[in-house]
Amino acid sequence: MATVANQVGAPAPTRQRSKGLSEKALARLMVSPSMILIALVAAWPVIYAIWLSLHQYSVRVAGLSRWVGVDNYWTSGLSNPDWRSALYHTLIFTVVSVSFEVVIGLGMALAMHRAFRGQGLLRTVVLVPWAVLTVVTAVMWRTMFVSPYGFVNTILGTHTVWLGQTPYALIIVILADVWKTSPFIALLLLAGLQVIPDDIYEAAKVDGATTWQQFVRITLPLLKPAILVALIFRTLDALRIFDLPYVLTQGTVGTSTLSTISQQTFATNRLYGEGSAQAILAFIIVMMVSFAYIRFIGGNIRGMTAE
Amino acid sequence: MEASAVSSAEAVPRARARTARKPKKDRTPWYMWVAVAAIVLFCLFPFYWLINMSLKAGSDLNGSAVFPHNPTLTNYSAIFKNPDFVASLRNSAIVAFITTALALVVGSFCAYALARLRLRGKFVILGIVLSITTFPQIAIAAPLFKLWSDIGIFDTYIGLIIPYLTFALPLAIFILVSFFREIPKDLEEAALVDGATRFQAFRKVVVPLAAPGLATAGILTFIAAWNEFLLAVTLTATTAARTVPAEISFFTGATEHQVPYGSIAAASVVISVPLILLVLLFQKRIVAGLTAGAVKG
Repeated sequence: MATVANQVGAPAPTRQRSKGLSEKALARLMVSPSMILIALVAAWPVIYAIWLSLHQYSVRVAGLSRWVGVDNYWTSGLSNPDWRSALYHTLIFTVVSVSFEVVIGLGMALAMHRAFRGQGLLRTVVLVPWAVLTVVTAVMWRTMFVSPYGFVNTILGTHTVWLGQTPYALIIVILADVWKTSPFIALLLLAGLQVIPDDIYEAAKVDGATTWQQFVRITLPLLKPAILVALIFRTLDALRIFDLPYVLTQGTVGTSTLSTISQQTFATNRLYGEGSAQAILAFIIVMMVSFAYIRFIGGNIRGMTAE
Repeated sequence: MEASAVSSAEAVPRARARTARKPKKDRTPWYMWVAVAAIVLFCLFPFYWLINMSLKAGSDLNGSAVFPHNPTLTNYSAIFKNPDFVASLRNSAIVAFITTALALVVGSFCAYALARLRLRGKFVILGIVLSITTFPQIAIAAPLFKLWSDIGIFDTYIGLIIPYLTFALPLAIFILVSFFREIPKDLEEAALVDGATRFQAFRKVVVPLAAPGLATAGILTFIAAWNEFLLAVTLTATTAARTVPAEISFFTGATEHQVPYGSIAAASVVISVPLILLVLLFQKRIVAGLTAGAVKG
């Protein structure tokens, strides 16, 4: 790429007066490769998925299909008990894991902010769960809970098959996600905490505010934007959860999610139409939430593009 | 970052001055140390457990001891003799590297235009980029699973790299926009006055100055690509293109009753350690990139 750029750039000195392209034309030229790629790799597949979702494909004869309209959305989606329970698990997972992550993340951020000596160590340590691959996270939690390898049953003195029954399986999926993501939220919130000026706290102390009052009246309101951003990012991520339930339980025993059920339908059972309909439903749900959020934080993007 | 640098700079002379007298009086109360210990334990213990598992073999494996009684490296030598695992390491490295390179080159053009040039509809473009980052991967995996089989690029590198750009490109663009905006405009303007074209100013002035930003975007994109699972497991079938995360999940489900947990743990450690080292080495940069991409986005 560098050599191509060189060749393109080389003749320029000879026509210095023209200064190359106009700024706007150059801007369009520089933006267009990304836009074309995004259209090709993201928008077009989604359109194709909508097309697939309106058909039913024969499992026996390759290439044989018939138009069924929106039937797939109803039969394998909205009215389908399996899909409904996947939706239910996804929502439970999202609400519970994101709440825990934000609360634990906030606690960790506060501790990191206050810890005078340990801060450098903590900053390093909290990056470890973030750096561990999600699949490895799943393996890790599996090895902790599966007998006879894991220690959980040994400590509790039980013989529970944790990953083989509801609701434990989903709880372990949530635990694994909380472990992996809370530290990341802690880092985001720590960045937010560090921009709060100290003199506000000093002034509050002079006025006799207790630590709790300082937290509720100063820290939380000033940290609200950072908390909201963390909340948004995590919610959208949690709604598309796939790897943890897939590796921990293959989406069985009450851990199926919008993503695992769709993947199973089109990849394992080769029901392209039905699977695509489930994928598009997941897409619609995530996009609805994301557009609500984008409107909400739109001001931040505006600030970023403002000259 | 600055806060810790300042505090340690202050702490050093103070500690030195007091060494002669009684032990330094710590401002940190006891419960803070409990909190610090709890966080360290929470973050590190699960990974320690994985390392512990990876060093166990034979009868050790069936106990749940916190230390391996007879630590052994047989699991490690076993996985490196496993041709499937070695192939998946190579596949992951190639796919993640090409994805990152493409995302950086294409993304830096876009990010520069968004950060610096006059362009109508910037807000809309950034909005599109942001909404792509929230795309559920499943909506791309479903159609591509069929399409790639139809056109014959199922289970190939290119079949993975193309959909990987859906998350790599927006990620690179977002981090780079915030880095490009930090570069002083004067330098670019000086280049323009000297007769450089706008593109030359970008290539010869801005890109070298934004090298730390490019490194950050590169590291984060590489990690995201290395970590990706849904597309990897859906769009590959053999060792021809199967990446490490997908390979590990196949280890898990291989045999119902004799899951090779020792090997799985060893493989997991092997693929995590380079990433952890990378992250710890570029710690400050990564935190800056994460918070820039997230807090501002």
